[in-house]
Amino acid sequence: MNFNLTLIGQTIAMIVFVWFCMRFIWPPLIRAIDDRRKEIADGIAAGEKGQRELADARHGAESILQEARQKAAQVDALAHKRSGELIAEAKEHAVSEGERLIAQARTEVTTTQAKARDALRREVAALAVAGASRVLGREVDAKAHAALLDELAAELERQAPRG
Amino acid sequence: MAATGHSAGEYITHHLQNLTVCKVDGAWAVGGACQGKFYALNVDSMFFALALGLLLTWLFGRVARRATTGVPGRLQTAIEMVVGFVDQSVRETFHGKSNLIAPLALTLFVWVLLMNMMDLVPVDWLPWVAGMAGVPYLKVVPTTDVNVTFAMAISVFILVLFYSVKMKGIGGFTKELTLQPFNHWVAIPFNLVLEGVSLLAKPISLSLRLFGNLYAGELIFLLIALLGIWQLPLHFAWAVFHLLIVTLQAFIFMMLTIVYLSQAHESH
Repeated sequence: MNFNLTLIGQTIAMIVFVWFCMRFIWPPLIRAIDDRRKEIADGIAAGEKGQRELADARHGAESILQEARQKAAQVDALAHKRSGELIAEAKEHAVSEGERLIAQARTEVTTTQAKARDALRREVAALAVAGASRVLGREVDAKAHAALLDELAAELERQAPRG
Repeated sequence: MAATGHSAGEYITHHLQNLTVCKVDGAWAVGGACQGKFYALNVDSMFFALALGLLLTWLFGRVARRATTGVPGRLQTAIEMVVGFVDQSVRETFHGKSNLIAPLALTLFVWVLLMNMMDLVPVDWLPWVAGMAGVPYLKVVPTTDVNVTFAMAISVFILVLFYSVKMKGIGGFTKELTLQPFNHWVAIPFNLVLEGVSLLAKPISLSLRLFGNLYAGELIFLLIALLGIWQLPLHFAWAVFHLLIVTLQAFIFMMLTIVYLSQAHESH
């Protein structure tokens, strides 16, 4: 055991190294470590929050989807109903239109028939007058015998088959 | 490179001799001539202690200056593991607030570890190189020099005294020394002797534990080096075991420093 100046030299060296460590090594390192720890803790918390939010969003999306599905079903049903109504309406319209057309055609036929009959009667009357003139040998005054002719025409009409 | 040309005793004595430099009668002297003189310097101890201290401050300082909060590099991670380990040890033992204790513990732990690690360099290499360069003695493990371990232990002891007085006041510290363990005025001399011995035992045990372990380890390496070819497996086995001692002693030195300083902070 030889104590000598090394004792003092080593003491000074130790003071200097410890001072250096206290001043320049320990604070930045421990700060970096603590900051990183905080960052990691924050990151983990943020990740958990994100996961929770994702779950919430998924849940929300599910309910929105459900609602949309319901609404679509409603719209579908409504459309079905409406189209049924439209078809029924169109059918009804078509039927009534058809009936109207038939009725119109029928009246037209009737008028044409009546017209034709009228013309025919007039022609028959004219023929009858001409025939009678020929038989009588002279002119028959149509005006003077109008009553007779009309009666003839009426007779013809009565005997002619209806239709 | 065992004791060729020397006897075993000479070999061991030579390897355990510090490169002590002093002035004898106005002329520089080296080695044995300086035994027992206070105005002498163990140049080898100082050199390796300073070199390893500078390595430590350079490496840690470099990492600390470039320390990033983001993803750290491998070196920074390794350094941070050491720092985190020391920080945890300090937190578990010392509950006050101090800007000194943690850096002190870190410096002591790493520095003592590095100095102890010098023991794992094969015992003949550096002395042989030094011998080639004309340096007659070289002890490469600073912690096998009692001056080095005592210097550190005494510094810690002075800090213990300083904090004892600072935290408890001179009155409180005196009371602690005189009124424990028997709280009666009659027992004051007895208490003083008891507490004084336990107080003084702290630096002595702190330094001698480290010194003794490393000195003994070094001595066993030297003895193994005398065994010829059989030294190779034995060296390996002892080095593996010594790795444990080296780390453990550095840890114990740091831990006891923390414990002593936390005792100084807390009144019991």
